[in-house]
Amino acid sequence: MPVTDARTVPAAPLEAVNDFVVKFANVNGSGSASANELFARAILRMGVPVGPRNIFPSNIQGLPTWYEVRISGAGHLGRRGGVDLMVAMNPQTWDDDIAEVDVGGYLFYDSTRPLAATKMRSDITMIGMPLTEICNSTWADPRQRQLFKNILYVGALAALLRIDMGAIETLIAEQYKSKPRLLEPNVQALRMGYVYARDHLPAIGLSVRRSNAVGDRIFIDGNRAAALGCVYGGATVCAWYPITPSSSLAESFQNYCHKLRIDPASGRRRYAVVQAEDEIASIGIVAGAGWNGARAFTATSGPGISLMSEIIGLAYFAEIPMTIIDVQRGGPSTGMPTRTQQADLVACAYASHGDTRHVLLFPEDPHECFEFAASALDLADRLQTPVFVMSDLDIAMNQRLCAPLAWSETNRYDRGKVMSFEQLEAGTDFGRYKDVDGDGIPWRTLPGTHPTRGSYFTRGTSRDAYARYSERGRDYVDNMERLLRKFDTARSLVPPPVPNASHRPTTWGAIYFGSTAPAMREAVESLEQAGLAMDILRVRAFPFSGAVREFIESHGPVFVVEQNRDAQLRSLLVDDFGLDPARLVPILHFDGTPITARFIVGAVKAYAHEAGMPT
Amino acid sequence: MTWIAKPRLHHPTLARNSLGYTRRDYEGKVSTLCAGCGHDSISAAIVQAFWLMDIAPHRVAKLSGIGCSSKTPDYFLGPAHGFNTVHGRMPSVLTGANLANRSLIYLGVSGDGDSASIGLGQFAHAIRRGVDMTYIVENNGVYGLTKGQFSATADPGSVSKKGVANTDGPLDLVGLALLLGASFVARGFAGDKAQLVPLVQAAISHKGSAIIDVISPCIAFNNHAGSTKSYDYVREHNEAVNQLDLVPSRNEITVDYAAGETVELAQHDGTFLRLHKLREDYDPHDRIGAMNYLHEHQARGEVVTGLLYVDPAAQDLHAGLETVETPLNLLSEAELCPGAAVLEHINSSLR
Ligand SMILES: Cc1ncc(C[n+]2csc(CCOP(=O)(O)OP(=O)(O)O)c2C)c(N)n1
Ligand code: SF4
Ligand SMILES: [Mg+2]
Repeated sequence: MPVTDARTVPAAPLEAVNDFVVKFANVNGSGSASANELFARAILRMGVPVGPRNIFPSNIQGLPTWYEVRISGAGHLGRRGGVDLMVAMNPQTWDDDIAEVDVGGYLFYDSTRPLAATKMRSDITMIGMPLTEICNSTWADPRQRQLFKNILYVGALAALLRIDMGAIETLIAEQYKSKPRLLEPNVQALRMGYVYARDHLPAIGLSVRRSNAVGDRIFIDGNRAAALGCVYGGATVCAWYPITPSSSLAESFQNYCHKLRIDPASGRRRYAVVQAEDEIASIGIVAGAGWNGARAFTATSGPGISLMSEIIGLAYFAEIPMTIIDVQRGGPSTGMPTRTQQADLVACAYASHGDTRHVLLFPEDPHECFEFAASALDLADRLQTPVFVMSDLDIAMNQRLCAPLAWSETNRYDRGKVMSFEQLEAGTDFGRYKDVDGDGIPWRTLPGTHPTRGSYFTRGTSRDAYARYSERGRDYVDNMERLLRKFDTARSLVPPPVPNASHRPTTWGAIYFGSTAPAMREAVESLEQAGLAMDILRVRAFPFSGAVREFIESHGPVFVVEQNRDAQLRSLLVDDFGLDPARLVPILHFDGTPITARFIVGAVKAYAHEAGMPT
Repeated sequence: MTWIAKPRLHHPTLARNSLGYTRRDYEGKVSTLCAGCGHDSISAAIVQAFWLMDIAPHRVAKLSGIGCSSKTPDYFLGPAHGFNTVHGRMPSVLTGANLANRSLIYLGVSGDGDSASIGLGQFAHAIRRGVDMTYIVENNGVYGLTKGQFSATADPGSVSKKGVANTDGPLDLVGLALLLGASFVARGFAGDKAQLVPLVQAAISHKGSAIIDVISPCIAFNNHAGSTKSYDYVREHNEAVNQLDLVPSRNEITVDYAAGETVELAQHDGTFLRLHKLREDYDPHDRIGAMNYLHEHQARGEVVTGLLYVDPAAQDLHAGLETVETPLNLLSEAELCPGAAVLEHINSSLR
């Protein structure tokens, strides 16, 4: 076997234990995804937190794809920014990939074919290993050559980074439990990579050391967690239309139901999933089911929300419970759609024609995807209105280390104000749109409840408190004002914001939400070290609670950090509280990649610099 | 025929069906449509059909889209919940309602604009899925509610009230429903209640998507000479293939028809459809034959009415989805939530 030659000497190679970023550059469809995941999981098994992220194209095979792994003993699961070790397996993207490595960093590549000196960098460590050559001389089958090349580099990385081979082999054994025939060659390839690297490659300054910083946390993607939340929350009807990055949510719901929702006596299903012909039909099905008393949801992304808007508006006015999980992506059309953004806030908050306002929930990770999917079903029934769970691609399609999913046996579904046969029989006054107790939420009846009482004709807005057809202005205004009261009631029912005060007194504050959370927390830590202390508040729902207003009033400047161009959360804050927009300083990241801690730090420091503060 | 047998009482509305309901119990609010509108005749046929079938009105859910036709559910079956949805989307909303509670009877009312123009996709896909419903299209060839524009069912050459001739090709919902695999396809005429009431009855007792296209003249915008959806035109060109009765399984009906002219079809719910064939060559079990027949007569300018196709053994969406018999909206928390112990197990598989 040839000995690797390509090592140029940089000035000061990076040194780090349990705190660095590895990025894999691959070709989509080459089987790299499962090898890369194996790498991340092995580190987790060593008790060291990792935050992996896929950056993938919207095709199945051939285009570049990246997998970035944040390794952080301190538990930072967001993107830090920058790359310490690049695993450059895609010649197409070589130039960009090599440029991305931090000075003093490392680049691991396939050295089978010699590379021109102009393709190298002298300020990083280049580590070449003849992967293709090893594969070609070991396996005859082209498919095996391709697949084992991936395992080979995982073995090599294990040697370079001192990852526990036992942890990797255990994971491979678990993966091929039902296919023992595949176990042996995979382990063989892994060991081959390990031995080669140990014997031929230089030692590097990055390493993983066993720790116990993972605790009882689980490793799951947001879509699966949200799907489980829908199962636990009692959803029985799911209607959807395939769209990345939401499809795996509906598919997971179906899979989990198949295991957890079969009637033992009859073998029949306690759920219905319909893959509809489009998003209009999906939301129509959800509306019909919600009207008729079943817990129903759809999972979609921005383009789907656009198509659903008319029926979402109808549901707002007709007061129909429905849960919409919007897994946000860059839009429109194809391409950027497989990138992440938080850019549907305004579209969802005010979806549809006429005066509408909708409840939005902002999960930060899979744990909250589970929790909020279940509570959205409760809130929708309680408030009789559409409720949105605003996930995004970053949370939904990447596995994330998070607190275990939690369900208390004392949880009870809140079915809201549904008038029963007994209540109707006892002569309880029923006005479908009547506010009987001041919270703006009326009672409803379900079709078929009582032979002579409680039926009504559901329509948009032309009705009075007893659902009688009316085009009187007074009736319209009363109804619209009641809907606002109902929205105010929602304020106290939605998940409250989570504050995080700085260790030092400060007037500086930042508001953030959703998938920005891990990068934000890391940014705040590093800003504090740089002398810029900041209180932060994570909002978890729209409408906002009074605590959000108090935070804004007691701080200045207040940054609003989000992943869209138009500062959409800031717009909602300004609108909901009637604020002077100048009070809120936007920090906006919207290039389609998840926001990084370094980006936030840079933006805050730039502000401080402009304000004439020493940074 | 049984359905027109006048009750012996002097006030026909006070006659009671086996559940003790009078026809009045199946009525709704006073119609606000134009006097003479075909849609009102269809509402009357719906009232009659449900009364005759001894169905408690509150066990029906009536849904519609938007249009004059879609307003009508407010004018019949007052004790039933109704839902005036949005334009062209009734089929999906009805599908969802049906998934939530399979124990109710679903009646969808729509117009030709609602189903053949904006809602053509949903019309097609609800049929493909076999949603158990009676789907009535009140077809007048125009948009009544928006004042007389042509709809997609208007025939080329038909002239609007403003004198504009339609040049676009027509969509025939009956032909489409046959093509899409609907398990019950019929056409009626608002002006022929004798034919329409039993068609509605048969559709209600059918398990699956039952489509009835009812020619329903719009007297405000499409009842003039030159229109192919006017009362006069349809009366002159009506080609009925059969007349039918719906025979409830519990009632022994002793009407005699000569062999060869009558076919009895057992329905899923135990009732029988008794078809009196007006055309010897017509077989309502033959989908392809029905399509041919339809097209031949269409080419001659004739409007074929009657029960064109039925598959008495049809199955509905719930059969395909294998849902439990208990309506999904009645399942308890214990039946839906897998509980904390199962979740703990799932958690441990994710470490
Ligand atoms: C999205 C949308 N577009 C347009 C309209 C306006 N509109 C109301 S009814 C109607 C046509 C109804 O025609 P049809 O279904 O044939 O009913 P008819 O009034 O003839 O019974 C239209 C276009 C609407 N309500 N919604
Ligand atoms: S406009 Fe036409 S369809 Fe509408 S109510 Fe009048 S007659 Fe009927
Ligand atoms: Mg019409």
